[in-house]
Amino acid sequence: MAKVLVVTSGKGGVGKTTSTAALGVALARDGQNVVVVDFDVGLRNLDLVMGAERRVVYDLINVIQGVVKLPQALIRDKRIPTLSLLAASQTRDKDALTEEGVARVIAGLREKFDWIICDSPAGIERGATLAMRYADAAVVVTNPEVSSVRDSDRIIGLLDAKTEKAEKGERIDKHLLITRYEAARVARAEMLSIDDVLEILSIPLIGIIPESEDVLRASNLGAPVTLSNPMSAPARAYLDAARRLKGETIEMTIPADKKGLFDKLFRRRAA
Amino acid sequence: MSFFGFARRRRSAPIARERLRILLEYERATAGQKDLMLVLREEILAVIGRHVAVDPEKVMVKVDRGTTVSTLEIDIEVPNVEMRASVPIPKFA
Repeated sequence: MAKVLVVTSGKGGVGKTTSTAALGVALARDGQNVVVVDFDVGLRNLDLVMGAERRVVYDLINVIQGVVKLPQALIRDKRIPTLSLLAASQTRDKDALTEEGVARVIAGLREKFDWIICDSPAGIERGATLAMRYADAAVVVTNPEVSSVRDSDRIIGLLDAKTEKAEKGERIDKHLLITRYEAARVARAEMLSIDDVLEILSIPLIGIIPESEDVLRASNLGAPVTLSNPMSAPARAYLDAARRLKGETIEMTIPADKKGLFDKLFRRRAA
Repeated sequence: MSFFGFARRRRSAPIARERLRILLEYERATAGQKDLMLVLREEILAVIGRHVAVDPEKVMVKVDRGTTVSTLEIDIEVPNVEMRASVPIPKFA
């Protein structure tokens, strides 16, 4: 049965789009049919992170307004045949999203895919509430930093109040994904630890993505990190998180890059 | 500053944790409620306004949330001349 997953955070810039793309690739690599949907109308970026920016013809709004049928707007990934993208509109504003329209699109996607991953815009307005509206589960992306944790707390409250599942009295599965984690700074008590964040937000942990230069490199290339460098620390963390989403039990570790002597001697300052 | 002082000063994570704990405790308790400060400001202004002409701009409501107690500070500037007699002032024989 299809599963609708919303990737959300409240705060901007914490890694929603990066995580949507990386998790989408990770799930699709196993042969599952995955679609990633950009809900950031007016400021679309998932297409760019996925390396499909030059292939967008029709978008989510076109489908909602009935200009085209759903299959025409789906962009099949050239590298992974089981992965598709539904882009957001770059020209319209977020009012073009309607609750009824989003419900129709999600229902259509449920018939075609195993996973529907909705990349939420930042904030708590229409785009964000509609991205989470029909979700079965949520990935709450959080940086170990005060403003991000506060906004995640707010988003968790909305997930429990404003989603269709919550309104029907059902439970929406919430998973915490901590990104940009720096173990060395946590060891020096300069950064909130995993336990600190877990204690404050009290939702189960799905993964810990370490701060890494591979993430920026991946978006530079337009190839999610789980595709461009699957052996890198952040990619391994995303691959583990994707397996946990599928229900597998995997020991929680914080992958680290294996550094050679050269790296240790000369690259330490830049890391 | 001594080396130890410097090392202690860098330990900012415990401060972040404590600030978040206090803030979120408050925010979760008041989630979905109308902003208390706005309500207080409106109602206080209405009560005073029944007796005295008050410039809404001259009403300051401040709050300082502490761990155990909070203080509410209300500062209203009342003009000396424009006393309004919309409510009859009781006369004494």
